Amino acid sequence: MPESFQIVVCGSVVPDPLQTLTPEIGPNGPALKNEPMLPAVLDPWASHALYEAAHLAAQFPCSKVWLVSLGPKAKLQQVMMTVAQKAAFEVIALDGSASGFTDAAETGVALAEAIQAIPDLDRSKLLIFGGWESASRGAGVTLQVVGEELGIVDQFQGVDELTVDSTGSLRILERLEGGQHQVSACAGPPALLGWATGHLPEPRNNPQTGMANMRTVMPALQRAKPVTVSAGASYSAVTLPRQQRETRILKDLSSDQVAADIIAWLKDENRDS
Amino acid sequence: MEPSLSPVQITHERPAVEADIVCVGFGPATGGFLTTLSRELLNPDGTPAFESPSAPGLPLQVLCYERADDLGFGVSGAVTKARGIRASFPDLDPAAIPMAAHVTREKLVYLLDPIGASRRSPGVRAADRLVRLFRARNHAVELPWTPGFLHKKDGLILSIGQFNQWVAGQVLGAAQLWPGTPVREALVEGDAVVGVRLMDQGTDKQGAPTADFMPGIDVRAALTVVADGPVGAVGRQLDERFGMPPGHRRHDWAVGMKMVVDLPEGVDLPAGTVLHTLGYPEPEIFGFLYVHPDRVVSLGIFVPSSFADPARTAYRYLQHWMLHPYLWRYLEGGRLRSWGAKSLQESGRRGEPFLAGGGYARIGEGSGSTNVLTGSGVDEAWTTGVLLAESVVELLVAAKPFTRENLEQTYVARRRTSWVEREGRIAGRARDGFHRGFVSGMVGMGLAGLTRGRIAVSGKPKRMPALEDYYRGRIAAADLDRIRQECNASATPLHDALMDHAGWPAIPFDGQLLISHQDALLLGGKVQAPAGYADHVVFRDPHLCEACASKVCIELCSGEALTPGPAGVPLFDREKCVHCGVCLWNCARANPDEPEGGNIAFLAGAGGLHSAEN
Repeated sequence: MPESFQIVVCGSVVPDPLQTLTPEIGPNGPALKNEPMLPAVLDPWASHALYEAAHLAAQFPCSKVWLVSLGPKAKLQQVMMTVAQKAAFEVIALDGSASGFTDAAETGVALAEAIQAIPDLDRSKLLIFGGWESASRGAGVTLQVVGEELGIVDQFQGVDELTVDSTGSLRILERLEGGQHQVSACAGPPALLGWATGHLPEPRNNPQTGMANMRTVMPALQRAKPVTVSAGASYSAVTLPRQQRETRILKDLSSDQVAADIIAWLKDENRDS
Repeated sequence: MEPSLSPVQITHERPAVEADIVCVGFGPATGGFLTTLSRELLNPDGTPAFESPSAPGLPLQVLCYERADDLGFGVSGAVTKARGIRASFPDLDPAAIPMAAHVTREKLVYLLDPIGASRRSPGVRAADRLVRLFRARNHAVELPWTPGFLHKKDGLILSIGQFNQWVAGQVLGAAQLWPGTPVREALVEGDAVVGVRLMDQGTDKQGAPTADFMPGIDVRAALTVVADGPVGAVGRQLDERFGMPPGHRRHDWAVGMKMVVDLPEGVDLPAGTVLHTLGYPEPEIFGFLYVHPDRVVSLGIFVPSSFADPARTAYRYLQHWMLHPYLWRYLEGGRLRSWGAKSLQESGRRGEPFLAGGGYARIGEGSGSTNVLTGSGVDEAWTTGVLLAESVVELLVAAKPFTRENLEQTYVARRRTSWVEREGRIAGRARDGFHRGFVSGMVGMGLAGLTRGRIAVSGKPKRMPALEDYYRGRIAAADLDRIRQECNASATPLHDALMDHAGWPAIPFDGQLLISHQDALLLGGKVQAPAGYADHVVFRDPHLCEACASKVCIELCSGEALTPGPAGVPLFDREKCVHCGVCLWNCARANPDEPEGGNIAFLAGAGGLHSAEN
């Protein structure tokens, strides 16, 4: 059984998906209308990775969790006010664009360089976590690039569960199509895991954790290194899927009833079209 | 169920942490407090100006807990003179704050009733006839002159959500700001406040622990800054514990409901335009429309407690107001971006609590700072925070503790000599006339403003009339009975059926601006209710609800979170609650233990509005 892990979570900020998001082409490529005023959240996929990291670290008490984030410093600062109460970690901030339309390879290289600069990093304990997707657009390749740059060949994507056996080997459930999982075994770190949703609930806000984190978070934000990543491909147009809202509030229904209700609605739509 | 502020019975250990200053709520008042304080916490060389007694070797430990999910989710359609804000930021450039604009022109508009459904007194009808004879266009007249006390010349139009977000960015290095963390209550020992207790997490709706229970921690601090607004749980707890100063009461309220709207292409309303309206949809309901940059407007109405309709609904009235021809010519084709509602404490200085006590101080709207004559609250709230911060620094420099005496000699003394106090006294009786009616109210406001508060029209608040009395002559008693039974059977509020019956036309939903109340909640307010917290709206005595025929709480509920219940006790749905607190002052039944209060307990709670644009 291993004594501890060093878990580095790669994750950045995305505009709060609950706000009014209107895509537009700005001077620097695709953007959102009034983007500076939109509050941000930690990318939901990366959030799952962070919660899984905290959960794993709690099982191996000498473990440590880092959160490596490339994003606008002001937005990172705002998001830390929410995230820092949920899990114990040390943040490594890179001040740059978190747009989903930046070049994934350049972003991956910047993250890998930041990870390599962590003092006393021990590859025999190193796990790289992140989201296998991103709510900002989701090219789905950034994390792989990070792994390639770090020379980590054991990579797993769409992870929903990680268990560590008594020998220290890793048992990993990766998503396949049709609700199936592939079970993989890995001898141990270093390994890279791109998380799907995992299976943990969002942790409660723990003010004690928040206060402890903030002693390192604010200095880390103040010394955030500026990073420039290019826009990558050019986009002629960006749109969100057309939405049609028809609200009904129904409560305490079984999943079968909910499914039946949705199917009935879809059938109605088909008849209309 | 009898609500209690005592701790729930738990077997888990309740942790405690030590800090130096803990703030309850993050709004303009806390913004002013932390902005001012944060500039004094470090020496020019970066060393702490004041060492933390709770964490030796570190700077002063200042924490702030906010109930909402983020610091930018506050509500107010604000136009402000911004005197206090500008004093804090002399080089303020509105372009740095999203949605901010200089006030460029102001209009006060009297709206006539274009459909004949408004309930207008003979005096108002006479005024209507006079207006129609002369200059009415689009069923409205722009008043050629407005008294100076109503002007916001040189002021700012703000989105309070965006302003709060901007201020948070200025102060974060010096203070820890924690959104999504509601404070359950103040910790009171003897006559002193010694900190706060956060809400328990992992409970059922009644507050009982569940499998993932996490007790709310105690945050002990030398100074607790109470800035949780007019309906905040901590402020009201202190009011109950320490009472109110002699003669001070909170009789006057309003609900403000607003939308943020993208104007359609081709509408040319310059940024900085301020429109205030009166006269429609009911004479007692005032409206506002403020133009932000990029053709975005904040608009809304205020429904005051003096408007004695027991089936009053802000949402339906807001839609009729938008549809008024004077406004609809701008709004038709617009698109909803955001929606929200909040209570306004309109007793002003006469609703001021004890401003300070042992270990605590009150700032902001909950401290009675709103000016009810000028209709201004943000700048006043900000300034109270500044005054407290200056006082705190003075005490820190003198190494004096935060006792009641020391806070009175510094903070309260500063309040008493401030422009907030001076103007608040002028405004004191300005709105009393509205308890006699709209015309008396307008005359009273004018007199109070023009005589600097020396003359006003008197009036006292009354209990809400019965539906039968309010609608006498408009809806027959038998029809009222039938409507009541039908709405009870369908678990829906009465207001739509009553307004339909009284002649208000149906709202022509367009799917983008004129939408259902529930869609406004979801599309505009983005309302959230994190799981694992107790319900914060509790009916103290179910028997009183069972015997209540009016149930104003259901009718005016801003989110339709209260609906008729099968046994007569309203049902509360936390997932729709925007935490406006309107139910608190709209209960038609007197609380036997507190005759001026109602039967609803509005406790600390989590979640609410989730839009950053309000």
